[in-house]
Amino acid sequence: MSLDLSQFHQVFFEECAEALDGMEQALLGLDLSGENTEAINTIFRGAHSIKGGSATFAFSDVAGFTHVMETLLDKVRGGKKRMTKPDVDLLLVSVDCLRGMLAAHRDGGSADAARAADLQRQLTDALNETAPTPVAAPAPATSPASGDQITEAEFDNLLDQLHGKTGAPGVKSAAPAPTPAAGEEITEAEFEALLDQLHGKGTAPAGAGNNAKPQCRDALSAMPRDAKPDWRIRFKPHPKMMQSGNDPVRIFRELAALGSLHVTADLAGLPMLPDMHPEESYLGWTLELISQANEAEIREIFAWVEDEADLVIESLRAGSTRPAPAAAPDAAPAAKPTTTAIAAAKPAASPVPAATAPKPAATGETASIRVGIDKIDALINMVGELVITQSMLNQLSANFDMHRLPKLLEGLAQLDRNTRELQESVMRIRMLPVSFAFSRLPRLVHDLSAKLDKKVELTMFGEQTEMDKTVMEKLGDPLVHLVRNSLDHGIEAPAARKAAGKPEVGSLTLNAYHKGGNVVIEISDDGAGLNKDKILKKARERALVGPDEQLPDDKVYDLICMPGFSTADQVSDVSGRGVGMDVVKRNIKSLGGMLEIESQAGSGTTMRIRLPLTLAILDGQIVRVGQEIYIIPLVSIVETIQIGENQVNEMVGKAEVFRLRDAYLPIIRLYEVFSLIPRTTKLSEGLLVVVEGDGQRIGLFVDELLGQQQVVIKSLEANFRRVEAISGATILGDGTVALILDIPGLVKLRDAFIKDVSPQAVPLEEVKAA
Amino acid sequence: MTNVLAVDDSASMRQMVSETLKHAGYGVIEARDGCDALNVARSQRVSLVLTDVNMPNMDGITLVRELRALPDYRFTPILVLTTESGAEKKQQGKAAGATGWLVKPFNPDTLLATIRRVIG
Repeated sequence: MSLDLSQFHQVFFEECAEALDGMEQALLGLDLSGENTEAINTIFRGAHSIKGGSATFAFSDVAGFTHVMETLLDKVRGGKKRMTKPDVDLLLVSVDCLRGMLAAHRDGGSADAARAADLQRQLTDALNETAPTPVAAPAPATSPASGDQITEAEFDNLLDQLHGKTGAPGVKSAAPAPTPAAGEEITEAEFEALLDQLHGKGTAPAGAGNNAKPQCRDALSAMPRDAKPDWRIRFKPHPKMMQSGNDPVRIFRELAALGSLHVTADLAGLPMLPDMHPEESYLGWTLELISQANEAEIREIFAWVEDEADLVIESLRAGSTRPAPAAAPDAAPAAKPTTTAIAAAKPAASPVPAATAPKPAATGETASIRVGIDKIDALINMVGELVITQSMLNQLSANFDMHRLPKLLEGLAQLDRNTRELQESVMRIRMLPVSFAFSRLPRLVHDLSAKLDKKVELTMFGEQTEMDKTVMEKLGDPLVHLVRNSLDHGIEAPAARKAAGKPEVGSLTLNAYHKGGNVVIEISDDGAGLNKDKILKKARERALVGPDEQLPDDKVYDLICMPGFSTADQVSDVSGRGVGMDVVKRNIKSLGGMLEIESQAGSGTTMRIRLPLTLAILDGQIVRVGQEIYIIPLVSIVETIQIGENQVNEMVGKAEVFRLRDAYLPIIRLYEVFSLIPRTTKLSEGLLVVVEGDGQRIGLFVDELLGQQQVVIKSLEANFRRVEAISGATILGDGTVALILDIPGLVKLRDAFIKDVSPQAVPLEEVKAA
Repeated sequence: MTNVLAVDDSASMRQMVSETLKHAGYGVIEARDGCDALNVARSQRVSLVLTDVNMPNMDGITLVRELRALPDYRFTPILVLTTESGAEKKQQGKAAGATGWLVKPFNPDTLLATIRRVIG
């Protein structure tokens, strides 16, 4: 009947990732000089639940590792240790290490065992530092009952036992018996008392000498009349025992399962009926058991009621005067359902040698997403409304005549509204708060500022701003890079800041908000700002900019996004190799976003990432060129105009430009690009859609505009192949396929088309000169 | 059907307990923490409560105490699941009125064996 535990692994990994994030956050937020009860509890709880889960799911390395962490944290929690900076750092590294170990289990790879072992040693060291000078010798004999103090070896042993890795089944008592039962060793005094009793000295405790009292025999007894019992157990529940939900009958049943049992009730304590309280127990029992079981096993059955009953267990075995726990390795546990929590784990049929690491089958990883109940509820609501609308339309169509047309139109409008809302609800399911992407940054800032010897305070706003999960996932790396840049190049060293009259602690601010159909994320620092002259100088050295060419600020800043461009005088191991900003920009662009840079020398830099809310849907302008329909992303359209032939200038290389206010913009005739037969080739008879892509404006010549519509983007690459200047396709209402134009791609295509003409919008003077 | 209330802040543990019990024919109601569990317990009767100890909002020990204060739950078996093999948590649980405990890590078989100690 055994359940396949691997089905819970995915959930476990997700939950671990969450716990680790929580721990990391709490660690970073610790105020080492003050009280941190809540934070310490969070960290402890994280380690604790990872330990519990990993032990259950047989990730013993993780369980062992977290056990040490947990022990350390428990000390801190209990006030037995103060958390120090090195401790925090050690725990942070441990969190990283755990991530690695868990990832290894998840993906079937191998974890860095050496690192884990090293960290585990460091954690143990940190733990021992705190020991308030061990009293004499920390004798290994100290009772393992003191709970959390079990050693690693013991813990591992337990784990192995649980997962059936013991060498031979049945020799469970070979383990140093850290089973819970071992904690219940009887004291010297009790032992003496028992001995005395056995030898008939001293007064026997309650229950003895009750021969004169009324007795009754229980049906459970299955013992032959003259068989000699191995054990005699006197059990007298306290009046309130039943109120903890324990039932003596169940206890007896379990005892009976150990062998054969003979029960005698002691009715001495039974009051007269009027004095009887129905919720209290008055009976006592003498139980005689024939069984090979040892005392520990018997005690285990009474473990839950130990404090709620008087219990005396005496061995009647000849020669066995010692109720030694774990002293009967011969106890042939063959058929008995042992109830010791640990020992009951059935050893696997073929014990896996402990040496071979448990290799988890590479579980088919299914990416999952956590969705708030409110979103699901909203969705269900929408569907409900949709159903209502549909049935209304059904009714209308059943006996339709023309005078009901207004009703039909109304219904259709409602359907339209429902569909749109439904779509929005569905899209919202994929939306996650931006805090998912932000969450790893405090740690980064913490580590980096320590490494760079800078003081930085990180502030984050708008963490609840939502964005598409896919976008978010791809945003992680660029974000890390930008933050790293700010710390390395932006924010100055404390001394330099002081000299510049700024506070020593630099500030780094992350801000996320919605604007229009976009999500905007700003990374601002109050550092030195970008050095325009230095950038220009570098750019001229590398001939990216002509010797006398003047550039507007934003173009200068864009230079830092050129591949291989770096103004850092020294390459540090943090940044400065000149790889990065170009990748950042490319990544953001691939998400359909933009990167803007603003900077003020001496007072800081702001990097602004603009991203579409989602990648799956786009607001599009439908245009017609000849017989073809294309979609232009609405975000890239600046305006649409109609121009006269006389407004067009022909440039060298057959490039056409037209004048729009203070600049001349190149014209792209879409029918030329796509080799179509247009309705007209006369500019004055068609329309120019002015679009902006890659920081450039161009005019796209189309036959006509058809309408605007939200379109669902289907990848052309996945279904066909990559096509230059096309970013995807969509299916229109009438079932036809329309291609979505990739504006930056078109610009590039045009540049390739006409090499000798500057792709830039040409300033007016130059055109006039030509 | 015998209904069991499984309380754990860890989703994987909750699922494991829940699937194991369902597989064995019990009905299972899940709760994420003490508060959640208490709300469930107030709205319907369950035959057994299995609760983790260390949970946010309301821990398992408090839950046991609160449950025992409800007239319907004075005798209901309550087991605390604890990773601490030590006496401390068990005693706290017992003192609060728990029937018994189950030491984590446990596997489905142990879980069922322990449950059968308190309900049929």
